[in-house]
Amino acid sequence: MSEAPTIDNPEHETEQVHTVAIRFAGDSGDGMQLAGARFTDASAIFGNDLSTFPNFPAEIRAPAGTLPGVSSFQVHIADRDILTPGDQPDVLVAMNPAALKANLSDLAPAGIIVINTDAFDERNLTRAGYEVNPLDDGSLDAYRVLKVPMEELTKTALEGSGVKGRDALRSKNFFAVGLMTWMFQRPLEPTLEWIADKFAAEPLVKAANELAFRAGFNLGETTEMFRHTYRVQPAPLPPGTYTNVTGNQALAWGIIAAGQAARLPVFYASYPITPASDILHELARHRNFGVRTFQAEDEIAAVGAALGAAFAGHLGVTATSGPGLALKSETISLALMTELPLLIIDVQRGGPSTGLPTKTEQADLLMAMYGRHGESPLPIVSASSPSDAFEATVEAARIALKYMTPVILLSDGYIGTSAEPWRLPDLNDLPDISVPFAIGANGPDATFLPYLRDSRTLARPWAVPGTPGLEHRIGGLEKEDVTGNISYSPDNHERMTLLRESKIAGIAADIPDAEVDADEGAEVLVLGWGSSYGAILAGVRRVRGRGLKVARIHLRHLNPFPQNLGNALSRYRKVLVPELNRGQLWRLVRAEYLVDAVRYAKVQGQPFKAGEIEAKLMEMIG
Amino acid sequence: MTTEARYTRQDFQTDQEVRWCPGCGDYTILASVQNFMAEMGVDRKDIVFVSGIGCAARFPYYMNAYGMHGIHGRAPAIASGLAVARPELSVWVVSGDGDAMSIGGNHLIHSLRRNINIKILLFNNQIYGLTKGQYSPTSETGKRTKSSPMGSIDFPFNPVSLALGAEATFVARTIDMDRAHTTEILNQAYRHRGSALIEIYQNCNVFNDKAFIQLTGREERDQNRINLVHGEKVVFGPNRERGVVIEGGTARIVEVADIGIDAIHVHDATAPSAGPAYALSRLSHGPFGPTPVGVFRSVDRPVYEETLQQQIHDAQAKKGPGDLGALIASAGTWVVK
Repeated sequence: MSEAPTIDNPEHETEQVHTVAIRFAGDSGDGMQLAGARFTDASAIFGNDLSTFPNFPAEIRAPAGTLPGVSSFQVHIADRDILTPGDQPDVLVAMNPAALKANLSDLAPAGIIVINTDAFDERNLTRAGYEVNPLDDGSLDAYRVLKVPMEELTKTALEGSGVKGRDALRSKNFFAVGLMTWMFQRPLEPTLEWIADKFAAEPLVKAANELAFRAGFNLGETTEMFRHTYRVQPAPLPPGTYTNVTGNQALAWGIIAAGQAARLPVFYASYPITPASDILHELARHRNFGVRTFQAEDEIAAVGAALGAAFAGHLGVTATSGPGLALKSETISLALMTELPLLIIDVQRGGPSTGLPTKTEQADLLMAMYGRHGESPLPIVSASSPSDAFEATVEAARIALKYMTPVILLSDGYIGTSAEPWRLPDLNDLPDISVPFAIGANGPDATFLPYLRDSRTLARPWAVPGTPGLEHRIGGLEKEDVTGNISYSPDNHERMTLLRESKIAGIAADIPDAEVDADEGAEVLVLGWGSSYGAILAGVRRVRGRGLKVARIHLRHLNPFPQNLGNALSRYRKVLVPELNRGQLWRLVRAEYLVDAVRYAKVQGQPFKAGEIEAKLMEMIG
Repeated sequence: MTTEARYTRQDFQTDQEVRWCPGCGDYTILASVQNFMAEMGVDRKDIVFVSGIGCAARFPYYMNAYGMHGIHGRAPAIASGLAVARPELSVWVVSGDGDAMSIGGNHLIHSLRRNINIKILLFNNQIYGLTKGQYSPTSETGKRTKSSPMGSIDFPFNPVSLALGAEATFVARTIDMDRAHTTEILNQAYRHRGSALIEIYQNCNVFNDKAFIQLTGREERDQNRINLVHGEKVVFGPNRERGVVIEGGTARIVEVADIGIDAIHVHDATAPSAGPAYALSRLSHGPFGPTPVGVFRSVDRPVYEETLQQQIHDAQAKKGPGDLGALIASAGTWVVK
């Protein structure tokens, strides 16, 4: 918490702080994700800049009270532009002993711990592996500990509401949100409105949550236990209308936008998989946009159906995570061979195999690049942050349609599930990415040649069923150049392989140069892609804050690379490539440009911290 | 999309050389399908054939319509996307016993239960032909092939039973050699609303010749072929002297004279329960004795893409057509000046 001390409340001292990171932690069943999201939305509407980091176990309900069952949600709010959820939380809300134990080591020195003391009974202490109650043994003396019997207070607040016993305890997360709402002087209305809307059909639950929320707020307001409130003023962000958005949400909206920009109906097929399922949920809610969602029987059927829809003339889209991308690879090769536009989204997670399904990683880049049989290049686009997923999706669709090719869009669990403010774009600025269908013959004697390419893009014509006179057959067998007939000719196979390769390579001329954010005279450049955008930029800012020089490139296009990339990299004495993998982009740039880049690999299922990037850059700058 | 009949079989032939082995049953099926397409009354531009991998999967190349030769087992998935995206198209899947029953089993059963309007022609020759003669998931137990020199130890699928178990709304069986019967079944499948599975016994004269001799041989067919006709008693034999009764959910072959014609089962393809159709499908497991052919089941159920279209219509009626600007602002906004 960075402080700007002023006192403006005679009863409670209100400190002005620039930033604060709060972590809500509890059992998987305690509703911590929801608590964090409510606090976040209230902060967003208040006008703070913010960044969130949900962290939850793969098990829906690991045994209650145990360390594996701990679920947390960290939100970083600030009165200025911030880029990460914060390296260390300033405040930890611990709903039980396991939550305290699992999160304490992350807490900032002298941080605040708000503890639900009712959960610190013998049984829960044992489950969490505490031999002695940490509330009694002095082990928390270095922190500011606020002990609150949240369960008892929630039950008391709900007396007379008709909600009792275990049901009443379900509302304790709203008690915690209420308390934090007071402590950080958030408006109450956004949360009350959300409760009223969400539980409109369940009046008892609505009343219980409202009562608990207000009780939490009032506890702070009326007791002597808390001397301090904190105020984080709205951030001076660029003018505009903002909303708070997660990456999966922005991506789903980007799919709808791409359909509109392409003037095509959207067909979205997928199989439920963490952490991509929310894209399906979001799109399924919006049938009125004409989006057809198809929950397929498996990953292979999902991409197959999307490809069938693409052949039919729709914008075919499928999304998955790593294991699903592996299953889809054969069909992606078919899309590549039939040269149909297809958007494949990979919300990457920790691998290999089932790996860490609810954690983040960037380890599918090489699979996207090379994970198919045969010579099978395709374009790769990546999103850098939750809000950036919108534009990245439209760009991926643009390339797919213009070049008649499958495109892989890489997001990841961190982008997908975390949130940040998004300045709403002017939808009139959406690019026109429509491509005309073939409607007439293009060959001699009024014949249709399905593989007669556009000389500029090398794309083949898209003739959809229903078009008279253009009946034709496509498929996975090698095609004869121009006619598209089956061909086993050795020369033709090589020619077609090179044509497919040239088509993808040529896209480099149709994407912007990589933007180099460089200090004059910098000798070290940091090259990143994907969700490490925020941590890298924050780390770079800190290095600059020390008066040192550094340069930075963050890539949107991973295949082909921007045309200026090789030159740009060659201008720096040292190139650092931080990635949440073992060095995948690092390998690609070394192979492509013979640049002696240095990798900074992290595979812990967690995003980079700004401090980590800063420290590595300091070491490189020397 | 219906137009006046103006096609002949030739209109559906392509300039591609047909490359099945001489004598293959696929030639007969191709001719039957091309003939039927000419009679079907659907504009050629609105017809799409989708296939997977295998000998049968070459079919789209020989049909002058839209077509996609897909990958092994996945044709029903690709066709599902096509049909759901464009319900006005007439979408046909051509598959084989390996393609549909083995590698693509999952897609087959799910497209059937969803009742998507795709017509699946399952060319069952009870052998892997394209890979030169391994046993297939419909080969009889004990079959000696390159991959089962001591005899296959797999128990085979009965495709009709499988489709009925997968909640298919239309299930039929026909025989490659019998073009009139094939055409009649194609016609009924076309007129059915939703997914249709047609098992076509298809002779592979190279790797599994005479697999269906009990139904096609001059001597044998009269003894063994049971023609299922909706609304009629299930009797067969040279003099219709044998029949089928269903008791306690099990079908059994009887001599009509022994039991009396009144006790013989009357076939009802539209019966609400799939039980009687299933019982009939169990009369033979591979055509090694009396075997029913014809339409086992043909029932009405909502068609997937029509219901989806209705949901879109209802959502638009209720919420108005999608407004992207309103959507991206729907989670609450604030203004920074």
